[in-house]
Amino acid sequence: MTSTLLYTILSLSILGGLLAVILYFVAQKFKVQEDSRIEQVLEALPGANCGGCGFAGCRAFAEYYINNPDSSSFICPVGGNEAMMHIAQILGREVKEQVPKLAVLRCNGSCQNLPRINTYNGSLSCAVAASLYGGQTGCSYGCLGMGDCVKVCQFNAMVMDPLTCLPVILEDKCTSCGACVKACPRNILEIRPKGPKNRRIYVACANKDKGAVIRKVCTVGCLGCQLCLKACPFEAITIADNLATIDPGKCRLCRKCTPVCPVGCITEINFPPKKQEIGNE
Amino acid sequence: MSKTFSIGGIHPDDCKFSKDYPIENFPIPKRVFISMNQHLGMPAVPVVKKGDAVKVGQLIAEPAGFVSAPIHASVSGTVSDVAPYPDFLGKKVLTIVIDTAGDQWEEGIDCSPGVRHEITVTPEEIFKKISASGIVGLGGASFPTHVKLTPLEGMKPEYLILNGAECEPYLTSDYRLMIEHGQEVLIGGELMRRALGEDVNGIIGIEDNKPRAIKLMRELTSKSLQWKVVPLKKRYPQGGEKQLIDALLRRRVASFALPISTGAIVQNVGTAFAVYEAVQKNKPLISKVLTVSSSDLSVQKNYRFRVGTPIADILSLAGAMGKDGNLSPQFAKVVNGGPMMGKPVSNLEAPVMKSTSGLLLFTEEETKRKEPGECIRCARCFEACPMRLQPYLLYQLALAGRTRELEENRVFDCIECGCCLYTCPAHLPLLDQIRLARNASLKNKRKK
Repeated sequence: MTSTLLYTILSLSILGGLLAVILYFVAQKFKVQEDSRIEQVLEALPGANCGGCGFAGCRAFAEYYINNPDSSSFICPVGGNEAMMHIAQILGREVKEQVPKLAVLRCNGSCQNLPRINTYNGSLSCAVAASLYGGQTGCSYGCLGMGDCVKVCQFNAMVMDPLTCLPVILEDKCTSCGACVKACPRNILEIRPKGPKNRRIYVACANKDKGAVIRKVCTVGCLGCQLCLKACPFEAITIADNLATIDPGKCRLCRKCTPVCPVGCITEINFPPKKQEIGNE
Repeated sequence: MSKTFSIGGIHPDDCKFSKDYPIENFPIPKRVFISMNQHLGMPAVPVVKKGDAVKVGQLIAEPAGFVSAPIHASVSGTVSDVAPYPDFLGKKVLTIVIDTAGDQWEEGIDCSPGVRHEITVTPEEIFKKISASGIVGLGGASFPTHVKLTPLEGMKPEYLILNGAECEPYLTSDYRLMIEHGQEVLIGGELMRRALGEDVNGIIGIEDNKPRAIKLMRELTSKSLQWKVVPLKKRYPQGGEKQLIDALLRRRVASFALPISTGAIVQNVGTAFAVYEAVQKNKPLISKVLTVSSSDLSVQKNYRFRVGTPIADILSLAGAMGKDGNLSPQFAKVVNGGPMMGKPVSNLEAPVMKSTSGLLLFTEEETKRKEPGECIRCARCFEACPMRLQPYLLYQLALAGRTRELEENRVFDCIECGCCLYTCPAHLPLLDQIRLARNASLKNKRKK
C-alpha cells in the first residue's frame, strides 16, 4: 500500500520537475520582448476599449502611439488631456492640449414640437426604422427616438427622456468617444467642443428642407432664414442647404444669434439667464 | 398536378376577398404627383418645366441611363411644380405635379375598346416600343422591362414565363386582369416572346387558388403551340422569380447570377398587359390595376388608376377614409403592396406608382407585433426559407455586425420574402435585421 503511494508521489514529482525544466528553457528561448512602456501607457489610459480613438482598443492605441513618434494627432477622447499628459510624461514627448469635447444632439423635435403623424410598430431600432421609411414624423432628418445611441453608449452618458422622446446627453459622463455618432442612422449627433465654462451654442436642427416645408411639420426646425447669419459679428455662422451651422472655432459665445432666431432652434447650454436689457432695447 | 418550388415556403391564409370585384376605372384625380423614381436604377430626368401644358401620354421625363425608364404624363393639364416631395415612405423624391384640366390625349394613342389581335411589328420595333413606353416590371420590383429583355452575351433565352402566381395574400389585381383582359395579356406575352426569339417557349404560371384564371388562360392558349398554362400550388413565395423558375423548370439560379442564366425570363402578367397596350395601342404605361382590400368586407375594390393619383384619393373613394380626411378609425395601417413584402404607407398624401399592386388596410389588432422573445433554435425559419438560408444565424450575425460571416452565409441571397419572420414562434425581428445587414453589405460591396 505504502509502496504504491510512494511510487506515485515519486514518479509525479520527477515528471513535474522534468517538465518545469523543459518549460523554463522553452520560455527562455521564445521570450517575447515587450516594450515595458506599453503596460505603463495602458495603465494611464482609461481602459474602456471604446474605439473612440479609432483603434480596436486601448492596447492597439498604446502600441501605435509608442511606435509612431509623430502620432500626436491621435488622442484618447475618453481620458482627455489628463491621460494624454500622463502618457506624454511616460514617453518623454510633447503633447498638444486638446479642447475637451462632447456629443450634442442636433434635433429639438420633441413630441410637442414635432407631432407624430404615424405609429411605428416594427423592431425597436433606429437603424431598422430608418432603413424602412421616413420616420414617425413628417421630418425625414430628425431624431427617430428609439435610442440606438443610448444602447451603444458604454459610459451611461445618454438616457432617453420619456417626455420629449429625445436622448439626453449627460455632460459629466460623456467622453466624446463618438460611438453614438456612428450609431445614429440620421447623423444628427455631433461631437463639439465643450466650450469655456461648459458653455456652448449650436443649431439644434439637421433638416435641409425649405422653410415652408419644415414649418408644416415642426415648430422648431431651422428655416434657413439667415437672420442669425446677419446677427453674428464673427462670421461663425454659415448657411448651406437651408440649414445654419455654427463653427465652434469662430463662435465667441456672444449670444447675439439666439434671440433673433424665429423658431428658437439655436440652443445655448449652461449660460446664465439672459438679462432683461435685451428685451428693452 | 400543380407544380411548386422545392425549398421552404409557407402557407398563409390567402384572404382574396376582393376577387369578385370587377376592375373599375378610377376617376381622373384633380392633381397627380408623378415621382421620378418609379423604377429600379437611375431616376428619370424631367423634360418639362413649371407652367408647361401636357397631354395624356406625353413624355415628361427621360431615362437617365440604360437601367432607367421614361415617364409619361398620366393626365392632361399644366405642370404646377417640379420639386422633391415625400413619397409614401416619407422619403423625398423629385416629383412632377400636374393640375388636371380635361382629358386630352396625345395624338396617335388608340383609346378604342376593341382588342387588336394581329401583330404587325418586327421584334426590333417591339423592343423599342417597350423601352420608349416606360414599362417596368409590375410585379413589384419595377425593374425596367427592356433591360430584362435585352439579350446578354452567351445567355440564350429558352423560356418566357408569365407570372400570374400572385402568391401574396389579399392581392387580386393580376387575377382580375387575367379574367377580364386575358386576351390582351396573352398578346402582350406573345409580343415579348417574339422580341426574344421565335424558338422561345411561353409558360403561364398561375396558382391553383385561381381556377377560373387557369381555365380561361387554358382556353385562350389551346390553339397555340408555343404557350402552355401550368397550375402552381398555393404556397408563398410561389411568385418569386427564382421560386417560379424552380417550380416550372426545376432550374436553380445561382448566387449573384441573373435568372436569364437558367434560360428563363420571368415577366408579370401586368407587365404583359402593359406591353400589349404599348405596342398594339401605342399607349405608354400611365395606368395600372390595383387592389384595395382589408379584412373588413365593405372595403374591397379593384381599380385601374392613373399613375400619380394620391393614395388618400383612392382610399376615400374606396370608403376607407373618414369625413375629416383621416383614415377610418377601424383601420390603423395602410400597406403598399402585399402583406408579406409590401411596405407601410406613412404619408397618405403620397401618390401611387407604376408598380403599386395593392393598398391594404389593417386594423390595430392585425398589425400589432408581438413582444420578441428568445430564439429557441427550433429551426422553423430555416425550414421556411425558400433560399435555404439560416435566418436565425444571420440574425445573430447581423446584431453583432459581423459582415464577413454574414457574407459567408450568403446574406445577399435573401429575397426579403418574410417567411422567417412569419414562422418565428419567438416573434424575433429576423427579416428587419437581416435586411439591414444585407443592404449595408451591398453598399460596402458596391464601394469596392
